[in-house]
Amino acid sequence: MSNEDMSEENLPSEREHAHHGAVEPVGDPFADPGLPPHEPRRQDIDERTARRSERTVALLFTLSMIATVGFIASYVIFPIDKIVYIFPFGHVSALNFALGLTLGVALFAIGAGAVHWARTLMSDEEVPDDRHAIEASPEVREQVFADFRQGVKESQYGRRKLIRTTMMGALSLVPLSGVVLLRDLGPLPEKKLRTTAWRKGMKLINQNTDQPLRPEDIGVGSLTFAKPEGLSDDAENFQTVIAKAALMIVRLNPEDIKDKRELDWSHQGIVAYSKICTHVGCPISLYEQQTHHVLCPCHQSTFDLSDGGRVIFGPAGHALPQLRISVNAQGYLEALGDFEEPVGPSFWERG
Amino acid sequence: MSTASHEATDATARRGKAPAGERLADWADGRLGIYGLAKANMRKIFPDHWSFMLGEVSLYSFVIIILTGVYLTLFFHPSMQEVVYNGPYVPLQGIRMSEAFESTMHISFEVRGGLLIRQIHHWAALVFVAAMLVHMMRVFFTGAFRKPREVNWVFGFLLLVLGMFTGFTGYSLPDDLLSGTGVRFMEGAILSVPIVGTYLQMFLFGGEFPGHDFVSRFYTIHILLLPGIMAALLVGHLILVFYHKHTQWAGPGRTNKNVVGMPLLPVYMAKAGGFFFLVFGVIAACAAIATINPIWAFGPYRPDQVSTGAQPDWYMGFSEGLIRVMPGWEINLWGHTLQLGVFIPLIIFPLVLVTIAVWPFIEAWVTGDDREHHILDRPRNRPVRTGFGAAWISWYLILLVGGGNDLWATHFHLSINAITWTVRIGFFAIPALTFVITKRICLGLQRRDRDKVLHGRETGIIKRLPHGEFIEVHEPLPQDQMHTLTAHDQPEPLELGPDVDENGVRRKVDRKTKLRAKLSRSMYGEGAQIPKPTAAEHAEITSGHGHH
Ligand code: HEM
Ligand code: FES
Repeated sequence: MSNEDMSEENLPSEREHAHHGAVEPVGDPFADPGLPPHEPRRQDIDERTARRSERTVALLFTLSMIATVGFIASYVIFPIDKIVYIFPFGHVSALNFALGLTLGVALFAIGAGAVHWARTLMSDEEVPDDRHAIEASPEVREQVFADFRQGVKESQYGRRKLIRTTMMGALSLVPLSGVVLLRDLGPLPEKKLRTTAWRKGMKLINQNTDQPLRPEDIGVGSLTFAKPEGLSDDAENFQTVIAKAALMIVRLNPEDIKDKRELDWSHQGIVAYSKICTHVGCPISLYEQQTHHVLCPCHQSTFDLSDGGRVIFGPAGHALPQLRISVNAQGYLEALGDFEEPVGPSFWERG
Repeated sequence: MSTASHEATDATARRGKAPAGERLADWADGRLGIYGLAKANMRKIFPDHWSFMLGEVSLYSFVIIILTGVYLTLFFHPSMQEVVYNGPYVPLQGIRMSEAFESTMHISFEVRGGLLIRQIHHWAALVFVAAMLVHMMRVFFTGAFRKPREVNWVFGFLLLVLGMFTGFTGYSLPDDLLSGTGVRFMEGAILSVPIVGTYLQMFLFGGEFPGHDFVSRFYTIHILLLPGIMAALLVGHLILVFYHKHTQWAGPGRTNKNVVGMPLLPVYMAKAGGFFFLVFGVIAACAAIATINPIWAFGPYRPDQVSTGAQPDWYMGFSEGLIRVMPGWEINLWGHTLQLGVFIPLIIFPLVLVTIAVWPFIEAWVTGDDREHHILDRPRNRPVRTGFGAAWISWYLILLVGGGNDLWATHFHLSINAITWTVRIGFFAIPALTFVITKRICLGLQRRDRDKVLHGRETGIIKRLPHGEFIEVHEPLPQDQMHTLTAHDQPEPLELGPDVDENGVRRKVDRKTKLRAKLSRSMYGEGAQIPKPTAAEHAEITSGHGHH
């Protein structure tokens, strides 16, 4: 950095105070008096105390051995499914409890023994050791630079421009192969996030009973979860399909529905909304029947199901998508198509 | 020549007759040159202070994590293949789950000691990240990051960040309902990235969420990639600690040019080695008495199910806070969506971490100090740095509060809305407030140190003077304490000098220099430190009135 404009003395670095070392003028009350003399401990002068320390350390090491025997015994004795009541921990696995505590004691006692040994018996005399500057001396520095220049000169790297350029080219291209190889980590997004499994005429299947839903199955004040017809729980891609297709259904009073389109897309006050929160995709699970609000338990986004799934609180950025439903000839609830807009969290191409 | 070879044979002969242990050492020395290393390090001096153990706790928990982690790999199946559970845990029998979840159930209920190892692994991970964070704070508040230790500061910081991500990938592996919710959160956050978000998401998950790949991919990242990088950084970190030699507190006989303490062999080796067992023992006991991550209670992951009160491990909690209190801003323009409500937290997340990481470099630039520092600063003697560090911690904590807003609401009967707004305002106000308060406290403590040096320490003894006045007897401090309390440097703020030079020409001062001077004034100028007592002041006071 250029600081020709300011005097170097003002930089703190130039104000090296000679506080360190006993080089202060005589009579300086703050001068470094040097290392205090070593104070012996009881153990250093009294052999009986020292022997007591020895016994303590030995006791701790012995305790560790006993605990290890206890560990092995617990492993053999306790059946893995035995549950016992231990105050204040409650009902715990006897095996886990016994193994953990014996192992804990076996390890802790070794540590306590070693630390006690170090503190009471090993010399506690503090000694100084010199530090040396990390930086090399100017001569070494010169030598290194000279060696480096010599090496570069001998390689003719500077003179042979053609070699230099092509080598740089080759080295910067070769990692591309590695990048290309990552292409097959996954498919391209294309329109995948825009659609779900719902299609026109698909029946709404109750997640609990696995039966197609009829309007009369949907009571007032309860939240029903549904999946598309034909999606079996043990299908290979069940998780990925349900991650977008999960549906929640409630019955409202048609006159309570504030949003005109919502009313059009409902059937006798039964509305179907995506269960996947538009914030970052948690499944919504709580329903407040007086207000017709649903709450996402993850970050508390709250949506008004009587008003087009509008966000009324929380970090979600847009309303819940609604699925258009009706009743088919047999009286089952059916979808009239896929969601009109992508479900779940927003993404760049969503628009 | 002949004498030289003679001597060599002599030495070899001497070596030949040595006891077995020495002969083994000789063998190794002849091939590895271990004596050179041992000479430099066996009696290496380490200063003692409780706060120097925090780095050790991180190191030991890392070792514990590796040991237990290797055990877990013997039983865990990183596969998302769906299976039907028919193990001993009755409530989940007949339920569909991934093999990853099932094998975690197997470890917990059928492998004897498996649950213990799983719980030790998880507890150690919590301790690991916590210890690193506290260790980093110790390094920060004592200025141990100053030259020559900046590189080690960066190594340490990377370890912290990698530790957090290793934890995240780790607790996602069992594929349970709780961690799956966290993975979904991450997926949603990735989707919010402009332009490339959907591509990143498809490439990371091998298709749409959740797909069949993320557990096996996270597995490789969790057990190989991140720990490998961490092990390398850790070794580098420790080599540098040895090479720089440990910092020490100011005190009698302790200078910037020496290191005072006890030798590695035996004291430090016994204490540090013993400490490993202490940490391991405590964590094992925790795993025995405190259940952690009971995946059987959560059940296997289903994208359409969720458990209420879902919380990540504590070190990820601040990202949870960010995403919860951020308003749901979403911009739709030209057929594209920018989900700022998620994307801004995603940007602030690394920013929070980086803020603390860059401080040492800013401080070094402002002070222009190029000396080596081996004596630690007492936090009070650097009020601006200490204030900044405290502000950062308060920032982190307020976000942690935001991350648990639902828990706060239910436990304390508050409205979520009120908590959210408190955290939003607190996000800006609390760090500023903490800074000001901390700086004041530091200055107060400096003033107290100054008084102690000049007037001695209060004895609590009340004396009555001949004319009837009562005074408290002050006892002069011993010299070693006076030295310790005045050993710190007090840098002068950077001065720009007069605007015009001696010829009356306006000097040009670039903006960078001006900024630097301004920062320097705020760090070391008036009101940023209390001048420490000088020998002259001390002499005047002690000779002035005799009753001290
Ligand atoms: C895997 C995690 C880590 C381990 C195992 C570890 C271990 C250690 C140990 C044993 C020491 C020496 C004792 C001490 O000063 O406490 C040390 C020193 C140091 N650590 Fe760490 N550390 C870790 C993470 C960090 C982090 C997160 C930072 C800060 C960003 C950091 C910065 C430093 C610095 C600058 C020193 C030198 C301090 C001095 O000599 O006073 N370390 N580390
Ligand atoms: S995912 Fe629903 S509020 Fe965040």
